[in-house]
Amino acid sequence: MTGIKEKGISYKDIVKKVGFPTIFIGGFWILLLIAGGFLGISMTTLLSDTIKRAGMNGILVLAMVPSIQSGTGPNFALPVGVVCGLFAIVCSIEIGFTGWAWLFASIAFAIPLAVIVGYLYGKLLNAVKGSEMTIATYTGFSIVAFMCLPWLVIPFQSKNMGWFIGKGLRETIQLDAIKGAQTLSNFLKFSLFGEKGFITFGGEKGIIIPTGMLLMFFICCVTVWLYFRSKSGIAISAGGINPMFAKSSGIDIDKCRIKANILSTIMAAIGIIVYSQGYGYAQLYTAPLNMAFPAVAAVLIGGATASRAKVFHVIIGVIIYQGLFTTALPVANLLFEGTDLSEILRMIIQNGIILYALTQVKGGDK
Amino acid sequence: MNNAKTRERLNTPKTSTWVADNIVSLIFVAFTIFGFLVSDGVTINFFLTELSSRFFRNAFLVLSLVIPVVAGLGLNFGIVVGAMSAQIAIAIVRYFEFGGIAGLVLTFVLALPIAGLFGYFTGALYNKTRGQEMIASLMVCYFANGLYQFLFLFVVGVIIKVPKTHPMIKPDGVGVRMTVDLVPVENGGLKYALDKIWEIPFMWAILIVFACILLLQLWKIYRNKNNPALYRYNKTMVLINAALSTAMIALSIYSILTNSRLMIIRKVPVVTGLLIVALCVFNELILRTKLGQDFRSVGQSQHIAEVSGINVDKTRIIATIMSTVFASWGQIMYLQNMGTLNTYGAHTQIGMFSVAALLVGGASTQKAGVKHAVIGTLLFNSMFIMSPEIGLSLFGNALLGEYFRTFMVYGVIGLALGLHVWRTNKKGKITLN
Repeated sequence: MTGIKEKGISYKDIVKKVGFPTIFIGGFWILLLIAGGFLGISMTTLLSDTIKRAGMNGILVLAMVPSIQSGTGPNFALPVGVVCGLFAIVCSIEIGFTGWAWLFASIAFAIPLAVIVGYLYGKLLNAVKGSEMTIATYTGFSIVAFMCLPWLVIPFQSKNMGWFIGKGLRETIQLDAIKGAQTLSNFLKFSLFGEKGFITFGGEKGIIIPTGMLLMFFICCVTVWLYFRSKSGIAISAGGINPMFAKSSGIDIDKCRIKANILSTIMAAIGIIVYSQGYGYAQLYTAPLNMAFPAVAAVLIGGATASRAKVFHVIIGVIIYQGLFTTALPVANLLFEGTDLSEILRMIIQNGIILYALTQVKGGDK
Repeated sequence: MNNAKTRERLNTPKTSTWVADNIVSLIFVAFTIFGFLVSDGVTINFFLTELSSRFFRNAFLVLSLVIPVVAGLGLNFGIVVGAMSAQIAIAIVRYFEFGGIAGLVLTFVLALPIAGLFGYFTGALYNKTRGQEMIASLMVCYFANGLYQFLFLFVVGVIIKVPKTHPMIKPDGVGVRMTVDLVPVENGGLKYALDKIWEIPFMWAILIVFACILLLQLWKIYRNKNNPALYRYNKTMVLINAALSTAMIALSIYSILTNSRLMIIRKVPVVTGLLIVALCVFNELILRTKLGQDFRSVGQSQHIAEVSGINVDKTRIIATIMSTVFASWGQIMYLQNMGTLNTYGAHTQIGMFSVAALLVGGASTQKAGVKHAVIGTLLFNSMFIMSPEIGLSLFGNALLGEYFRTFMVYGVIGLALGLHVWRTNKKGKITLN
C-alpha cells in the first residue's frame, strides 16, 4: 500500500486533488490570457477588471458555502437574499442617506431582513427535504417575480429612484446621484505599476486594487471561515456530511440547516449591496432572476462539489470565473469580429459546470 | 378500538385531500372568475377567441410532458431541447424556401431525427443525474441554449457559408436574424400551413367535442352494465359529465340555429385539433402496451423494475426521446401559428409555461395524465388572458398585471412542487412512525 504512495504524484492524483473543473477552466483562462497577450490586449486592464469583478461577486459566491455545507446543496435561491439587499438599498435611499452612511445603513437594514427571510426559507427547505435544489430555484424565481409588484406599487418619494413620469421605481437606480457608486471600492484604492512606480494611491493606471471592496470580501470570508470552526458551524458541517450520524450525536439538523441558510441569505444580501456599489447601479425588477447560476458555477469551478465547499474554493473560483470572462470578451471580439461569442461561451461553461456537478451528486435510490 | 383509531387517522386527511390535491387548479379558477367580475373590458367573445387560439397553440407541448412524469423523470423542463430541434428544422426548411403543406411535412420529418438524437443525449444525462432530474433538466435548457446560440450566431456564417442577401441572414452575413418571417402559406411559406388546411366555426367544434364526451360517458355506462366487475367507474362524475356535455350541446345547437354572438368567435383549426387528440389518445394507449407498463413500473420504483428484468436506463431514455420529439412537433405547431420565428426567444419560455400549465391542471411530479394537460392548458391560458385586464381595472396599470402573471408562472411551479414534496415527506414520516 505504501508503495503506491511513494511512487510520487501522478497526473491523475493532481486532477483528483484539485478537481477536474478547476484545472479545465483554469487552463482555459491561462490559454486565453496568452492569446490575449499575443493579440496585444493590455494585461493590466484585464487584471484590474478581473480583480474588480471578483471583488464585486465574491460575497455572492461566498453565500454558497453555508448552504452547501449544511447539506441543502448550492443556494439556488440566492435571489431571495439579493432581493432583501436591494430592498435595504432602496429604503436607505428613500430615507435620504448618501455616501458612506447609505452603505452602512443599507447593510444595517439588510441584515435583520435577511435573518427573518432566511429563517422562513430555511423552514421551507426543511419541509421539502430531498428536492431542495429544484424548489430553491423556483423559490428564487418566485420571489424575484413577486418583488416586481412592490417595486412598482410602494409609493417611494425619492427623486433619485422614481421614473420621471408615472409611478414605481426605475429598473436601474444610478448610485452616482446619492454618491453611493464605488464608495467602498475607492476606499484606500491604489494601483500597482501605475503612474508613480510600484504603488500609487488613487492611481488610475496600472493594476487597480479596490482595497475597500476586497477588504469587505476578506472580512466576510474570515467570518464564515471562523464560524465553521465554532461549535455551531461544525455541527452544521456534520449534519451535512451524515445526517443520521449527526442526529444520533444529538445535533438538531433542522435547526442547523435553518442557521446555515440564514447565514447564506445574509451573505447574499450584503453581497448585492457590495456588488451594486461596485457596479454603480442597483438593478431591480427581473435583474436578480438569474443571479444564482454564476455564483453556483463560480464556487464549483473553485473545486467545491454539491455537498462540500470551503472558503478557499470561493476565492479560487470567483477569480477564475470572473477572470475567464473578462478575458474572453476582448479576445473573442478581436478574433471573431461582430459576434457575441463570449456571452455564448459564458452560457455554455457556466451551465455545463453546474450540470457536471449534478452528475457527480450521489444518485437517489435506483 | 385500535381499528377505529386507525381508520380515524386514515380518514381525517381524506376529507381535506380533494381541496388539497386541487388547490392550484382552484386558485386559477377563482382567479379567472374574479377577472371576469372586476374587468369590464373583456367580452366573452374576446376571451373565447384568445383562449381557443392559445389552446391550439400550446396543448401539444403540454401533452408532451406527460410521458416523462409517468416514467418517474419528473417534470421535463428539457422539452426546450425539443423546441430548439424544431427551430433548427424550421430554419433549414425556411432557408431552402420550402413551404406549404409539403414544406410542413418536411419540417415534421426533419425534426424527428434531430429531436430524437438530442432526446437521447438528454435522457443519458438524466440517467447520470438520477434523483436530481428536474434541476438537471432546467440546467440542460440553459446549457443547450448556449449551444443553440453558438450554432445560429456563429456556425451559420463563419463555418457554414451563407449568402448575405438571404432574408434570414443578418446583413453582415454572420448569424441568423432575431426574427425570421415564416411567409404566409398562400405565398408558399409555413405560416398557418397546418391551421389553414381546414377550419370550422367555434360552436361547431364545441358541439363535436361535447358530443364525443357524451358518447364516451354512454360507452362507459354501457360497458359497466355488461360487465360490472371488470369496468368500474365513478357514477357521480359520469353523470355530471354527461349532464354538462348535454347542456353544452344544447347551447351550441341553439347558437348555431339562432346565429348568436358566439358564432363570430374565430374559427378553429381542425387538423391541429386532430393532432392534439391523436397525442391524447397515444398517451392513453401507450400505457396499455408493454412499453407503457415499463414506464409505469420504472416510475413507481426503479429498484423493483430493475429486479423484475426491465432495463431501467433504456426505458428512461425512451421516455425522454418521446417527450423531446413530441415537444419538437408541438413547437412546429406553435410557430406555424405565430407566423414568425423569434430565433433566440421562442424556445426559452416554453418549458416554464408548459410545466406550469400541466401543474395547474392538477398534475404533480409523479402523477400526470391527458386530463391534467388539457384542463391545465385551458386554465393557465385563462389566467394569462385575464391578468393584464385585472391589473388594468384594479390598479389602472397593465404592467402590474404582466408582473403578476410572471409571478403566477413561477409561483405555481414552486407551490405545486413544494406542496407535493412536503406531502410526500409527511406521508413518509407517518409510515415510519
